[in-house]
Amino acid sequence: MEVAAIFLPLLAAFIAGLFGRWIGDRGAQIVTCGALILSAAISVFLFIDVGLHGHNRVIELFTFIASGTFEVSWALRFDSLTVVMLIVVTVVSAAVHVYSVGYMAHDHHKPRFMAYLSLFTFFMLMLVTANNFVQLFFGWEGVGLCSYLLIGFWYEKPSACSAAMKAFIVNRVGDFGFALGIAAVFVLFGSVDFATVFAKAPSLAGQSFTFLSWQADALTVTCLLLFMGAMGKSAQLGLHTWLPDAMEGPTPVSALIHAATMVTAGVFMVARLSPMFEYAPIALGVVTVVGAATALIAGTIGMTQFDIKRVIAYSTMSQLGYMFFACGVSAYGAGIFHLLTHGFFKALLFLGAGSVIHAMSDEQDMRNMGGIWKLIPFTYGVMWVGSLALAGIPIFAGFYSKDAILEAAFASGTELGAFAFWVGVGAALLTAFYSWRLLFLTFHGKPRANERVMAHVHESPLVMTIPLGVLALGSIFAGMLFAPILIGEHRGDFWQGSLVVLGNHDSIEAAHHGLPAWIEHQPLIAGLSGIFIAFLCYVMIPDLPGKFVRLFRPLHNFFLRKWYFDELYDAMLVKPALVLGRGLWKTGDGAIIDGFGPDGVAARTRAAAARAASLESGYVFHYAFAMVIGLVVIITWFFVRG
Amino acid sequence: MVELPAFLPALPELFLAVSTMALLMFGVFGSDGTARLVGQIAVVVLLCTGLLVIGHGTERAVTFNGMFVMDGFGAYMKVLVLIGSALSIILAQGYAEREHMNRFELPVLMLFATLGMLLMVSANDLISLYVGLETQSLALYVVAAFRRDHAKSSEAGLKYFVLGALSSGLLLYGASLIYGFGGTTQFDRIAGLIAASPTPPVGVVVGMVFAVAGLAFKISAVPFHMWTPDVYEGAPTPVTAFFAAAPKVAAVALILRLLDGPFGHMVEQWSQVIFALSLASMVLGSFAAIQQTNIKRLMAYSSIANMGFALLGLAAGTEQGTRGVVVYMTIYMVMTIGTFAVILCMKQHGRMVEDIRQLAGLSRSHPLMALGTAIFMFSLAGIPPLAGFFGKLYVFLAVIEAAAKHSELYILAVFGVLSSVVGAFYYLRVVKLIYFDDPIETFDRQSDDSIAAVLVGTGLFTMFFFAFPVPVLNGAAAAAAALFTG
Repeated sequence: MEVAAIFLPLLAAFIAGLFGRWIGDRGAQIVTCGALILSAAISVFLFIDVGLHGHNRVIELFTFIASGTFEVSWALRFDSLTVVMLIVVTVVSAAVHVYSVGYMAHDHHKPRFMAYLSLFTFFMLMLVTANNFVQLFFGWEGVGLCSYLLIGFWYEKPSACSAAMKAFIVNRVGDFGFALGIAAVFVLFGSVDFATVFAKAPSLAGQSFTFLSWQADALTVTCLLLFMGAMGKSAQLGLHTWLPDAMEGPTPVSALIHAATMVTAGVFMVARLSPMFEYAPIALGVVTVVGAATALIAGTIGMTQFDIKRVIAYSTMSQLGYMFFACGVSAYGAGIFHLLTHGFFKALLFLGAGSVIHAMSDEQDMRNMGGIWKLIPFTYGVMWVGSLALAGIPIFAGFYSKDAILEAAFASGTELGAFAFWVGVGAALLTAFYSWRLLFLTFHGKPRANERVMAHVHESPLVMTIPLGVLALGSIFAGMLFAPILIGEHRGDFWQGSLVVLGNHDSIEAAHHGLPAWIEHQPLIAGLSGIFIAFLCYVMIPDLPGKFVRLFRPLHNFFLRKWYFDELYDAMLVKPALVLGRGLWKTGDGAIIDGFGPDGVAARTRAAAARAASLESGYVFHYAFAMVIGLVVIITWFFVRG
Repeated sequence: MVELPAFLPALPELFLAVSTMALLMFGVFGSDGTARLVGQIAVVVLLCTGLLVIGHGTERAVTFNGMFVMDGFGAYMKVLVLIGSALSIILAQGYAEREHMNRFELPVLMLFATLGMLLMVSANDLISLYVGLETQSLALYVVAAFRRDHAKSSEAGLKYFVLGALSSGLLLYGASLIYGFGGTTQFDRIAGLIAASPTPPVGVVVGMVFAVAGLAFKISAVPFHMWTPDVYEGAPTPVTAFFAAAPKVAAVALILRLLDGPFGHMVEQWSQVIFALSLASMVLGSFAAIQQTNIKRLMAYSSIANMGFALLGLAAGTEQGTRGVVVYMTIYMVMTIGTFAVILCMKQHGRMVEDIRQLAGLSRSHPLMALGTAIFMFSLAGIPPLAGFFGKLYVFLAVIEAAAKHSELYILAVFGVLSSVVGAFYYLRVVKLIYFDDPIETFDRQSDDSIAAVLVGTGLFTMFFFAFPVPVLNGAAAAAAALFTG
């Protein structure tokens, strides 16, 4: 049954992908949606069985690689961490599958789309059930591949193609680090099996290893390399540039990949490897700083964007930053908890945005929206729910998880923790601000779209609104439901060693006793102020943002252009690479290698052939002469050699 | 009372000689339409001769006062020669009828040539060596000029004759030197003589070089190769096929017997000669072929290069090397006859096609013929798993193994591999023309069943050799062993 939960999506992808032509659009949709819903149901069961009743298990499938001392078996690992991820992945994915039936109704390649979605889900499931690094890497790369396929799904659009390539290439940078990290793990531990590695990790703490002539702390280097992979996949600062561009894909893809599942792989990996990270404090510090910085910077960019999906994309990036610095302060449980709640409300926001886009005849620019809340009240409602959850307003899901993270950061008692806390509070304000900016710009004010579009605005069909409803319920209740289990007093009973936290690192425990009241209320205050500022700017005094922008034009430009990351990379990496590539192509390959290599050899060969053939003159005396001379040469050779 | 020599070891040759003369009489006194019948009987005679060879077995027997030897090596090579001749006569039949050269002399001359080859294979004395060689050559000169109304054919015959006379002179001069310094012409005694003296007499070395030069002419090794392209092009196509197959096998057999037998103890000396001949043949054969547009000239250079590869095994100077040569010659002969069968099938408006550019687009009009050509070309280029690959494999293996002792052999192996790469170019160009270029003219339909049968037989051998290599490998191993122990 456990195996079915993982392999049903693969089977569905296989059927829809290869036989989509025979079973038709409807058939492909039924097969994939059915498989995912079934898989989600099994996941819920597994959550109860493994998570709540503590029946951890590892299911061996077969030996994957056996080469010398390197042996990798293919096994599915089910522990508390895995089942939480299973819930997020399968439930969100099922909702997205069903939603896609409506959203992609006018597309001509439905079976292909559904097959990609299911395949993507399969790889993600593979990733979260991995029992060793190689399997993790397999899922990791598979997810990367599917994200490429899905982002570039509308391959007629040049922007979609380049976005797909960008996602793939930027991820390659991270994966390079990840692969090196796995190699380092094998060198250090002599195994890539999780159980073996985790058991040995404490004994290796503080050991150093020598690379070339460099001495470095072994675990720190390994963890940093692995974290590099996580940064790529989870769009952390530096390797984040692909995420906003990836909004070129269809909106369900954005919801599935860039909100709920794929980008969480990095967070999952850090949590999974907590037994290693715990013994590498420097690496944890780096995780904290990178996470916090990402949370803030993504927030500043999100404030200035006008594309409805880009705003949400930057908010995703920002929330991922929260999850990372939670892990950085050893509050892995809080990070995973936020991952869970975020999965629900971010998918909700994306799908809601998709519903808006659907209603507005594929318009994505918020400057061309406004005043449609009466026309699509259900979508409007769920967007509110999503935004409330995102901003961390009480009783909504985000409130519990975000609070837990910020409190843990403060309670960790380190400077980096305090830094993360204050940055996190600032980011929370930004989050609330841009969320309500989005709500006000999109739904309120005077309609800014033309009349044809306005006349066409309509609520989405049932097949799209039902998944929205499910996700909305999750966004409301996931927080209060899971908070006691995942981060409550008895969280140890739940996690059962799938997360390892050293005693003096336990920031969640510290947060449970005695934080100053003003600290506890800080996030809420920040959120409410953000909402108020947004209200001020976009409802009360609508020309305030314009004045503000004029006043701080350089700063605004800086945010609007995304801190010039793309331009920087373009100037530093892309341009030099192009110049280098052109140089190598024209002079290196064309003139030198081709000239002396293939072309040159071919030309010399032809010349030699012409000369060899011209020896055949047709005259018998030439032939006889050649024979005699040949003989004389051989005889002479013998006499000269003696 | 003169004691008669034992005839039994030479029974196949005697049978072949008597039957051929009977056939000649039959042809001369028969009516005009006998040519076809003579051809068919000739094939049967060759088959019977082959059975007699096999019937004698592989036991070593020397007769005619030590002039003639029959052993395992002889048996294997004779069977090979007979197969080559029989297939060539079959190919010639249909062609001769179409081209109005349907005369009974053709199969009879080919039988005489075959008789000479059998004698060459069994030679155990410099005298019998020369007699066998000349029996073969005289018949071949005539066959090359068989279309005496065609300028090119006459030219081919004449050139072959003049240069062949020169090579015979070289061979005879070498033989006389060996006799002058050694005092004997018999192989066994020459071997004993050389083994007895610490360094071989200079005269014997020079004589050996002359003799090898004379034989190198027959297998068209560079620099004694220059007649080959002209003769191959000028001679009628089935005759060319015959030239490329049976006489080459016989001449290589003769070289093997001469160098491994009487001159076995002079391996230091002759391996240098063979080294030079092999290297020059591989390189020149491969390069010059690139320039050719006539498929028969192309095959001429191909056979030059192939002889270079065969000599590669001999240059190793080991029993394994000799086995490699025997395997190589077996596979080479089958591939060559197959290729010529394909060439014989290529006709446009009743004319033979010889320009390879006209093969363009053959795959569309004659897919089976195109497939056959492709198989033989890939095999000649040495692409696994076709037979040609294994031929090369065994000689290269032998060379590399021997190179452990004589490191200069590595040079030979490297040049061998490089020239087989160059060679692959012109073989694959034919395949490219056939499969990827647009057709220029359509080809006539093939209606000759006997040619088709040869084509299918040789094609199957080439394709499936890798599955059933054991008979050939064992036979070649036994043949090589017979040379080295005897």
